[in-house]
Amino acid sequence: MSPAIEVKQVCKRYGSLSALTNIDLEIHSGEFFALLGPNGAGKTTLISIIAGLSFANSGSVNVMGHNVITHYQQARLNLGIVPQELVFDPFFTVREILRIQSGYYGIKENARWIDEIIERLDLTDKADANMRALSGGMKRRVLVAQALVHKPPVIILDEPTAGVDVELRQTLWEFIQQLNRDGHTIVLTTHYLEEAETLCNRVAMLKDGKIIALDSTQNLIGKMTSGNSLRLRLLPDVLPLSLQVLQINRSNGLYELRIDDYAQVEFILSTLRSGQTQILEMHLQQPDLEDVFVNLMKNSRNKSK
Amino acid sequence: MTGFVTLLYKELLRFWKVGFQTILAPMISTLLYLLIFFHVLEAHVEVYPDVAYTIFLIPGLVMMAVIQNAFANSSSSIIQSKISGNIVFILLSPLSYRAIFFAYILAAIARGLLVGLGVYLVTVIFFDVPLQLPLLALLFGILGSGILGAMGLIAGIWADKFDQLAAFQNFIILPLTFLSGVFYSVHSLPAGWQVISHLNPFFYMIDGFRYGFFGVSDISPYVSLGIMAICLIVISTFTIRLLRSGYKLRH
Ligand SMILES: Nc1ncnc2c1ncn2[C@@H]1O[C@H](COP(=O)(O)OP(=O)(O)OP(=O)(O)O)[C@@H](O)[C@H]1O
Ligand SMILES: [Mg+2]
Repeated sequence: MSPAIEVKQVCKRYGSLSALTNIDLEIHSGEFFALLGPNGAGKTTLISIIAGLSFANSGSVNVMGHNVITHYQQARLNLGIVPQELVFDPFFTVREILRIQSGYYGIKENARWIDEIIERLDLTDKADANMRALSGGMKRRVLVAQALVHKPPVIILDEPTAGVDVELRQTLWEFIQQLNRDGHTIVLTTHYLEEAETLCNRVAMLKDGKIIALDSTQNLIGKMTSGNSLRLRLLPDVLPLSLQVLQINRSNGLYELRIDDYAQVEFILSTLRSGQTQILEMHLQQPDLEDVFVNLMKNSRNKSK
Repeated sequence: MTGFVTLLYKELLRFWKVGFQTILAPMISTLLYLLIFFHVLEAHVEVYPDVAYTIFLIPGLVMMAVIQNAFANSSSSIIQSKISGNIVFILLSPLSYRAIFFAYILAAIARGLLVGLGVYLVTVIFFDVPLQLPLLALLFGILGSGILGAMGLIAGIWADKFDQLAAFQNFIILPLTFLSGVFYSVHSLPAGWQVISHLNPFFYMIDGFRYGFFGVSDISPYVSLGIMAICLIVISTFTIRLLRSGYKLRH
């Protein structure tokens, strides 16, 4: 079976700026995939090329096996995009917009599914309100709804949770997770890395138009960080000799000790107790995607120097 | 087909919802033209024998309203969607380029004809306007508004800002309209100007449309019909190509 999204050797230039350089990426059917990277990394540019909103200078893109240029209709039927910019048509109400959007995809009768999306995205109260009368977060929900009217097998969300309140963020992700369980392929970009970490099974990190990391979320965290650690403030402020091999850092008066498995915590505590050292403060640090992100950005900066 | 019908429906709804600005306002300004010319020129000018100037003027003004509103409809729809960004919903959709083109053009034709019909119906209350060949007049109305609808689409795609669109309108559409013989018969012009007028595609729209009313025209209505049909085919092909190329719409 062909991958949900297949990006081959894509380059995109804006004048002298190289927004994307030789991007190769395969996203498989059923994946929950995160496209991460700092502002200006090229995430939206890549999504636009997949969506046919921009043309690559070279390379090719297929969506569910359909080339996005030569078989644009098939490719677009398989794709639902939530754009990053908050755009809307001020002439219509939420329900009208969703009906029209269904029509664009050739669906005549879609009231049931539209009602369901409206409910799942908590837009019921606003279903017959004009788009102009909606708050920013509500407009964003309508954008999500619009991307789903035709139940596309591949759904790409470009920062869907920017400006959306906590409650809706949770209901939105529940909904998207359910779609993923039902077999839809999901690609998202977000600057909330904990979102990406809990949701996504695979991550691509983009910087300056290049993919600098591409792996499963677990592997990235395992490879790119120094593992779990324990941070301690001690009285007296001296680390016993037998623990000094574990020390990886000392900052703000806290010792940071590496722990490879949790049994080590007991060893550290008993060592401190027997040395009459008091613990004033203690944190268990688990590495997350944010550490990966920070480390990757640091590495790539050092390399480019 | 559903996609095309939906876009057409949306485009029709778009101007219908603000009918006061898109239908009533242009009707009123056209009728004002008529009122002014009626007072100033009625007694002095006679273009065709036995046809009062005001009566001569009415088909020209109706056609002018038809084509101007057709242009306004497609151009303003496109540029508004472009500037507000909601054009992405059309660009993301699987609508074919041809479907997009025809939906915009038909909406432009509908608005043009609606305004024209409105003006005509008001004038027949006050004047005795003959309409000898209504179907021929309608055909000219459709062809003319189709051409201008396509021009509006091109202008809307090309313009990045509203003032560029206004420039297109003021430097291309308006002169071509005024020099097309809305207010006079080209036969009353010096020979040189007559030749130049014949290079203006708008001339054939007005002249042929007027033939539908009086059965009299400067040149054969069938020649005009042929020229307009060719114009429409050429400009439509060009516009569909433009849409396919993504010019100014897709980066
Ligand atoms: N239409 C355009 N014209 C010129 N440059 C552009 C255009 N669109 C994007 N760029 C440039 O391409 C680069 C990548 O932009 P892009 O929008 O893809 O970043 P991003 O990763 O989505 O960032 P963000 O997290 O801020 O959304 C940036 O340097 C941007 O300035
Ligand atoms: Mg972006």
